[in-house]
Amino acid sequence: MEYTDVVMENFTCPKHVGEIEDANGVGQVGSPACGDIMKIFLKINGDGVIEDASFKTFGCGAAVASSSMATDMIIGKTIEEAGKFKNSDVVDALGGLPAEKIHCSVLAAEAIQAAIEDYHKNKA
Amino acid sequence: MKRIYLDHAATTPVDPAVVETMLPFFTEYFGNPSSVYTEGRGVKKSIEAARLQIAKAINADPREIYFTGSGSEADNWAIKGIAMKNQAKGKHIITSTIEHHAVLHTCEYLEKQGFEVTYLPVDEDGLISLDDLRNAIRKDTILVTIMFANNEIGTVEPIKEIGEIVKEKGIIFHTDAVQALGNIPVDVKDLNVDLLSISAHKIYGPKGIGALFIRKGVPIDNLIHGGAQERKKRAGTENTAEIVAFGKAAEMATEHLAENAAHMKKLRDLLIKGVMDNIPQVRLNGHPEKRLPGNANFCFDYIEGESILLSLDIIGIAGSSGSACTSGSLDPSHVLLAIGLPAGVAHGSLRLTIGKHTTAEDINYVVDNLIQIIERLRKMSPINADCPIDDAVFDKAAHHHH
Ligand SMILES: Cc1ncc(COP(=O)(O)O)c(C=O)c1O
Ligand code: FES
Repeated sequence: MEYTDVVMENFTCPKHVGEIEDANGVGQVGSPACGDIMKIFLKINGDGVIEDASFKTFGCGAAVASSSMATDMIIGKTIEEAGKFKNSDVVDALGGLPAEKIHCSVLAAEAIQAAIEDYHKNKA
Repeated sequence: MKRIYLDHAATTPVDPAVVETMLPFFTEYFGNPSSVYTEGRGVKKSIEAARLQIAKAINADPREIYFTGSGSEADNWAIKGIAMKNQAKGKHIITSTIEHHAVLHTCEYLEKQGFEVTYLPVDEDGLISLDDLRNAIRKDTILVTIMFANNEIGTVEPIKEIGEIVKEKGIIFHTDAVQALGNIPVDVKDLNVDLLSISAHKIYGPKGIGALFIRKGVPIDNLIHGGAQERKKRAGTENTAEIVAFGKAAEMATEHLAENAAHMKKLRDLLIKGVMDNIPQVRLNGHPEKRLPGNANFCFDYIEGESILLSLDIIGIAGSSGSACTSGSLDPSHVLLAIGLPAGVAHGSLRLTIGKHTTAEDINYVVDNLIQIIERLRKMSPINADCPIDDAVFDKAAHHHH
């Protein structure tokens, strides 16, 4: 198994680690494959734009790198745009993942969707 | 960057003296040991000298040593060979839940062929119970196979006591001693074993060469059919270079057993103390005393093993983990589950195995850095004492597989 340099960079120096105190959308998902857990925090402004995003991850190198990359990619996007965010977007940005690690990127995409859902729920 | 290799249970570097011994067998002494002319006869003699070295290392007769292509082959041969040869007497085999896959998957294969296998459980330290063994023995039990020392958690099983029980019942007893050789004394006469597997690459010998001890008179079928090598028991032109290398490695391992074991044990205890004293929420896996001198196996709560391994690798340290994420199959280690750890805890496992060249400076470097790595990964983790793991997630994950 071989991780790309981008994966290793995002693992060693992950961006957006931690919690956002005043997050208004929080999503946590567990991987049915290996049991790992990812939590995503979103701060969405009145215009529906993701102002800030952060993560906490209990998982492998690919899971940490996927969380870092995914949060970085959705910051500045509208929730509509982020709603279309797919795990393949993360995989591409990371320069690929080993086949058995694709599910880790799925976790990131699902956690983001869960956080957006949570935001809608909070608003309603 | 200097590398600190702490995965000696996975494999060891070939000792330079062993390399020196084996090299001429690729060029000068290339003859086929089965040939009658000088080139062949000389090589044959070297193989027999290596057989004697191996025999001495485990207190066997050289005629009881059969070279194989690996420790895995020795395990396969022992189990399948005994099962096939003795199936008229019965089709029941006893093993444990923490065996190496070379034993477990062989037993699972035999189950598909109509054999019945009892997998003895282990306690939280990884020991099987002698009472469980006694209760599991049936009239149709033909083989008991229990490993000498576990490769993951380092627990050393009571092989001598098991041997006594099994011998009394007239059942054949095999032990996988791949992790034991070179680390603890291995004496087939003292242990009451009928078959015993060993492998060269765990004792500073090359990969791809192993041996099976078969006590004289034990009825066993062949696994590899063909030519008359290994006294008609294991076909295939001998891997001469590696056989002489294995002989040399076994001789060195025996000669330096006490000093190597004492050295490893001292560093192991330094490592265990350093980790347990300085890192909160950690547990030591495996038996506290009855364990291999070089084995340390920890579980760190709230974090995942592959992340620990990658973090260690970046700063020059090589270790291993039983985490689902590192396994390829995405299953957590069967050994960690067998000692009762929930899958979520097995997730944070780290095995560091010390070798004869490891130094105290290496260990101090590892402990210092591990403290920071664990802290960093815990800060990144969504779970902690207040926000414990949702076991449902792991149950679901387990369900997903089985
Ligand atoms: C306990 C045990 N048995 C068997 C084996 C297999 O040995 P080999 O790698 O020579 O096939 C190993 C090592 O991988 C082991 O640790
Ligand atoms: S999160 Fe477990 S394999 Fe990636």
